[in-house]
Amino acid sequence: MLDTELLSRIQFALNISFHILFPTITIAMCWFLVFFKVRFDLTGDAVWMRAYRFWVKIFALTFAIGVVSGITMSFQFGTNWPGFMEKVGNIAGPLLGYEVLTAFFLEATFLGVMLFGIKRVPAKIHTLATIMVAIGTSLSAFWILSLNSWMHTPTGFEMRDGVAFPVDWMAIIFNPSFPYRFTHVLMASALTASFLIAGVSAFRLLNGDDKRAPKLTLKVSLTAAMILAPIQIFVGDLHGLNTLEHQPAKIAAMEGIWHTEKGAPLLLFAVPNAETQQNDFAIAIPKLASLILTHQLDGEIKGLNDFDKIPPVKPIFFSFRIMVAMGFLMIIVAWLARYKLYRQERHQQVMPVWILKTLVLMSFSGWVATLAGWYVTEIGRQPYLVTGVLTVKEAVTDIDAANVGLSLLLYILVYSILLVAYLSTLRVMALRAVEIEEIQEQEHSSKTKTIKQELINARSNNTQEKAHV
Amino acid sequence: MFEQSTLAIIFAGLMAFSILVYAILDGYDLGVGMLLPLDNQKDSDSMIASIGPFWDANETWLVLAVGLLLIAFPSAHSAILKALYLPTVLMLIGLILRGVAFDFRAKASFSHKPTWDKAFKIGSFLAASTQGYMLGLYVMGFEKNVVSVCFALISALGVSAAYCFIGSAWLIMKTEGALQQRAIRYAKRTLVISFIGICLVSVTNLIIDSSIYQRWLSTSMSLLLLIPVFVFALYLVAWRSVKRLNSRKESEPKLNEALPFLACIAIFALSFLGLAISFYPYIVPNQITIWQSVSAAESLNFLLYGTIVVIPSIIGYTVFSYWVFWGKVEDLRYY
Ligand code: HDD
Ligand code: HEM
Ligand code: HEM
Repeated sequence: MLDTELLSRIQFALNISFHILFPTITIAMCWFLVFFKVRFDLTGDAVWMRAYRFWVKIFALTFAIGVVSGITMSFQFGTNWPGFMEKVGNIAGPLLGYEVLTAFFLEATFLGVMLFGIKRVPAKIHTLATIMVAIGTSLSAFWILSLNSWMHTPTGFEMRDGVAFPVDWMAIIFNPSFPYRFTHVLMASALTASFLIAGVSAFRLLNGDDKRAPKLTLKVSLTAAMILAPIQIFVGDLHGLNTLEHQPAKIAAMEGIWHTEKGAPLLLFAVPNAETQQNDFAIAIPKLASLILTHQLDGEIKGLNDFDKIPPVKPIFFSFRIMVAMGFLMIIVAWLARYKLYRQERHQQVMPVWILKTLVLMSFSGWVATLAGWYVTEIGRQPYLVTGVLTVKEAVTDIDAANVGLSLLLYILVYSILLVAYLSTLRVMALRAVEIEEIQEQEHSSKTKTIKQELINARSNNTQEKAHV
Repeated sequence: MFEQSTLAIIFAGLMAFSILVYAILDGYDLGVGMLLPLDNQKDSDSMIASIGPFWDANETWLVLAVGLLLIAFPSAHSAILKALYLPTVLMLIGLILRGVAFDFRAKASFSHKPTWDKAFKIGSFLAASTQGYMLGLYVMGFEKNVVSVCFALISALGVSAAYCFIGSAWLIMKTEGALQQRAIRYAKRTLVISFIGICLVSVTNLIIDSSIYQRWLSTSMSLLLLIPVFVFALYLVAWRSVKRLNSRKESEPKLNEALPFLACIAIFALSFLGLAISFYPYIVPNQITIWQSVSAAESLNFLLYGTIVVIPSIIGYTVFSYWVFWGKVEDLRYY
């Protein structure tokens, strides 16, 4: 039978997985919007505004779903994991509190000005509002990831009567895995947004959109992806080394190492078998895992047999490979597409259709890698909720399983509808954008003009008035 | 550095403040959502435009209120949310529906717009009524019997009516013409229903709990009775100003269209104060006091430093955003 614990876990996993799909887009996309807006303010070239106006709508939709699914998250701690707050609430509480106070209000309030205020405030203030929202989303990631990292690598606290008390807030906030996780997740967000922008732009081009905006956004996003993808692999490697130091059992599961060994091979593919404690169907490169993790061909890596509490191996092992494969795929696609774009601009070579189609297919590759990455991280912490301090079992609620089952069912229903609606609306919006005519400079309304335009307009207004007299 | 017992009072105060601000702010936009006409595209567009720039920030006060409960009084948080598990889930689903419907209606294919409008209306109603239901159960001390469920249902109706009332007062202030006339009609109706609701909750409160009865009706506390008197007076003010707006002639001087909304805010604040006085210092009625459930002083002090800086700036930029969107609504256009 499904018990309360299992149902709560499924519900939490479902809710957070659904939630993260949207922040991972908005966090970085907002910085793209800042870029578009600032370029418009500086150059006055309408194409930047056009890019802004198209993407800000998608941003708003994504943001809205992020907000409502996040509100659900903030209730989950109390409803399903009461033991979590009872035991480590003294530490988790203020971090969550700072997230609400410094990030949520900032993003939510300036969002209104950013979305609807362009005609009501001076251009500079509007750009500032966009920047505020971008800062807000990044700050929000800062605090929640600080808490999450603390749950993986807790420091700066002491236990008194079974309850954690803070001793050093700096050590808590900047706990050992936090810098790596924060960087890795922000870059993941940037890659997710880049590939989404590239994919939708490619989709518009494929549908015969010959305006300048989709070409421009394609170029910007591919350039970003081309730079970020290799750095992400580098950061991921550092992140893994850090995990080896603090959560070695997780690494053993990621690499499928059952028994401590020297010169461990890197498994390209295998099916870990928990019963026989072996890997079936393994395709391996000898000694490479040891080389990557210890920088020595014969370095020793601890196997799962050396730990008394180990996480489930299969999901971690596969998720990790999915993420890494996505990372390499992203590099290949980003570089190739960017190169073809360069050829198109410099040598008037046509952009091959298959490249555009590949980009469309890759639109949501960021989601796949991000989810896979989170599964590695979170399942790798099992059976602990806070490493070495609190297990999941100890934290679970005692609500009736039927109630949790019912709520889970409702969430599944609503979230499936939302996901379908989101994807199809994105499609509708992209297709609609194809049909719109190229707009004129003047359409950007009174208050967003660059200073130069304002002068020109003022002059022409004067002449008009004179003509009337 | 404050003592733990002082911190309990400070954080209870902060939490109460954010619940009140939430009820006022999200109250008006949930109210507008419930009043949405399904047969008049133009009016629904303007109504939604009037809350467009604000709903997200309004809802954040709920996140803050629940967050403060979780952070400062964790055991009360789990006791309350366990007792209210299913209504909470329904409220969240309601908030999800209205939050996304708002965005989808503007962007999905046109044929889907009426569906999203319906989702918006139903979501608003679900969120408002479950909040009222939870308030009712809270007042009844989470007892599970027919009487308290009936009372909670009445409270659900009362809170929905109160939200509709403040929502229509908001529309009176932010719209003009036929839509404003309609808002005036709504205001008159919901004003009466919400008044009855408040009376019912107050009287029940006195009947079911003798300590609350003593607190309110003992001679040494007679000043407290000013609260119901003021609430009654404010209802009269609101009623009169709505009536006058209703029968206004073109030639008459401009009346104060913000008056009903302001009266409404004051009514919400006083009613909330009344509830808070009834229950203090309990955070779970008759079971857990704020001092029994408060978190460690180290944690709350650390959070308080930030709060002192951040709350004024939140209020500052909130005022800024209301100032930016001051005046009657215009077309809501995404840029
Ligand atoms: C790495 C980023 C990240 C992660 C791991 C999480 N969130 Fe989140 N969250 C955001 C990044 C974010 C964001 C970027 O700030 C959001 C996303 C939607 C939005 O656009 O703002 C947001 C919105 C958001 C909101 C609504 C805020 C508002 O009213 O504006 C709440 C209450 C939460 N989240 C709560 C949570 C909780 C309790 C989480 C963990 C258990 C969580 N989030 C994980
Ligand atoms: C945003 C991306 C995240 C994803 C995709 C994610 C995914 C998951 C998954 C799949 C589980 C279930 C693991 C299992 O039961 O085997 C889980 C558990 C959990 N995670 Fe995360 N997580 C994320 C972020 C966070 C953050 C930021 C926090 C807290 C600050 C957090 C706290 C928890 C808690 C409390 C559990 C419950 C214990 C459990 O179900 O095992 N997670 N997460
Ligand atoms: C191919 C190179 C990559 C490597 C070597 C790598 C490495 C890692 C490692 C070791 C972890 C787990 C850390 C831990 O739990 O302690 C992780 C987590 C994660 N990865 Fe990757 N990664 C790579 C690519 C990517 C890409 C391309 C994305 C997304 C676009 C991504 C997104 C994530 C996310 C969201 C997490 C979970 C959060 C965290 O713990 O940082 N990764 N990655």
